[in-house]
Amino acid sequence: MRILAVPVAAGFSWNPASDVGAILSWQFMRSAYEAGTVVAIVSGVVGYFVVLRRTAFAAHALSDMGFPGAAGAALIGVDPVVGMLVFTLTVGAVMGLLGERVRGRDTVIGIVLAFSLALGYLFSSLYTGNSTEAFALLFGQITGVSTWDVVVTVAASAVALAAVAVMYRPLLFASVDEVVAEARRVPVRTLSVGFMLTLALAVSAAVQVIGVLLIFALLVTPAAIAERLTRRPGAAIACASGLAVLFVWVGLAIAYYQPYPPSFFIVGLAFVTYVAVRIVSGARSWSRRGSMGRWDALTRSTSPSR
Amino acid sequence: MNGPADQRVIGAPAPAGRGRLAAVVRAVDLAAGYGAVPVWAGANFEVVSGEFVAVLGPNGAGKSTLLRVILGLVAVRSGTVEVLGAPPRRGNPGIGYVPQSRALEGGAAIRGVDLVGFGLTGGRWGIPFPGAAHRAVRARVAAAIEAVGATDYARRRLGELSGGERQRLLLAQALVGEPRLLLLDEPLASLDIRNQGLIARLVATIARARSLAVLLVGHDVNPLLPVVDRVLYLAHGSVAIGPPDEVVTAETLSRLYGSEVDVVTDRRGRRFVIGLEDEATHPHPGNGTAAKQPARRGQQ
Repeated sequence: MRILAVPVAAGFSWNPASDVGAILSWQFMRSAYEAGTVVAIVSGVVGYFVVLRRTAFAAHALSDMGFPGAAGAALIGVDPVVGMLVFTLTVGAVMGLLGERVRGRDTVIGIVLAFSLALGYLFSSLYTGNSTEAFALLFGQITGVSTWDVVVTVAASAVALAAVAVMYRPLLFASVDEVVAEARRVPVRTLSVGFMLTLALAVSAAVQVIGVLLIFALLVTPAAIAERLTRRPGAAIACASGLAVLFVWVGLAIAYYQPYPPSFFIVGLAFVTYVAVRIVSGARSWSRRGSMGRWDALTRSTSPSR
Repeated sequence: MNGPADQRVIGAPAPAGRGRLAAVVRAVDLAAGYGAVPVWAGANFEVVSGEFVAVLGPNGAGKSTLLRVILGLVAVRSGTVEVLGAPPRRGNPGIGYVPQSRALEGGAAIRGVDLVGFGLTGGRWGIPFPGAAHRAVRARVAAAIEAVGATDYARRRLGELSGGERQRLLLAQALVGEPRLLLLDEPLASLDIRNQGLIARLVATIARARSLAVLLVGHDVNPLLPVVDRVLYLAHGSVAIGPPDEVVTAETLSRLYGSEVDVVTDRRGRRFVIGLEDEATHPHPGNGTAAKQPARRGQQ
């Protein structure tokens, strides 16, 4: 075993201990890891319900609202995080109140999404006169996270996790079968609003790490992978969080040794893992008696009868 | 829509011998509708414990509405209805309910046991913690799954199951809270003929074993005729109830549906209804021979 005296800015060494030591010797990397880990955990948990509720596109639109929120706040001299929270929480509440009607409204969501991105672009160009600020919001700037940002991220994430813990069982019920849940007096409308507010918190925290446009890599991809790896809701949530944490950790580490942005490596890892899991699980179900046929049978038998 | 004067009520009180039992559902001059639109009126009937009642009628006659009134999800327009001795209220734990088949897209990745478990703990806040209470819940869920014969596939993903298998698990979910009244909305729709018969017999067996009152909404009367105690017909804004021999006759059905319907009896005494095939196979009215009610899409 080689023991090296590693200088702080050394290159990659194949010695994990010294690599980790080198990476974490920088304050900006420590902040990036702290914020990234917290965001990954909460994204995995909330993302499981996003996938379960089939509201991925609405979740995307919600995170896009963080862009004009943050840029607008910077324009009027307010902390961008505050602006982002105000915008996403407001839009989240509206979407939650619309509830079931949000699902399948792809056109309306897309229209709002485009407008919010344009609005954010306008605000950020009014503010700085260039697009650097906008770029950071859109694609994330994890290595630019300040200690204050870490505090805000941890606080928002803690509230989001607590909210999911409280809502867990009725939210799971209402997400799978809203009709029966409502008949059983589960407050589906309140849960819908509660979940969208939780999502707004998670999204606002995640934007700092991964950016508005790439948020799906943490919010949806790990949950979609987990859904294929396990059938148990609790295990799927733990798996989604674990994967998100892994993507952030490894992505940041790779980016430390490369001149390319960490967001790319985080998203790239998530994507490659998703494709690999799909290929493996697809091959497995092919070898078992064609379960694709069963899927078709299911979708046929459950198409709305009127 | 016919006015009140046109409404005919056939049949009526529960058959003799059942009068001693407490009514699980009792309707007196009950009328239901949405806003200003009446759906049906003049419903007088009682359903007692252990009784299996099929709810039949053309599209838009208000079959699902009847279930939703009993569930407390649709307000009563006039008259009274008592459910387990009290006015209807949402979330009544004495009722097990399986609505019309839905996509359950999100449920494709979860297991049957999770779906059944919702029937017991789905409304409770917080995260389940391991312990005696959790084990008791799991035991009850396992018992409900066993009762519907779904043990073999209850741990598979819902997305991997057939329509009949999912229907059994939904039935287990409705049963797991040990209700006294079971409301099933078109549980036989989108099942093949063999599974229609199997599910209908399963419901009948469970209803008798547990003294459950069952209201089962169906399109096709034939798989239900051998197993039900009484038939409740909703048509042209009125309600008729009675034993199959009295209500399921060519004369009554032809009048209720406004078209020619035949009832034939085979050598073994089994009755079959002919002439309502369009009702059973084409959920949307308009192309059949029967003169139908105006469609009420989105209400059933």
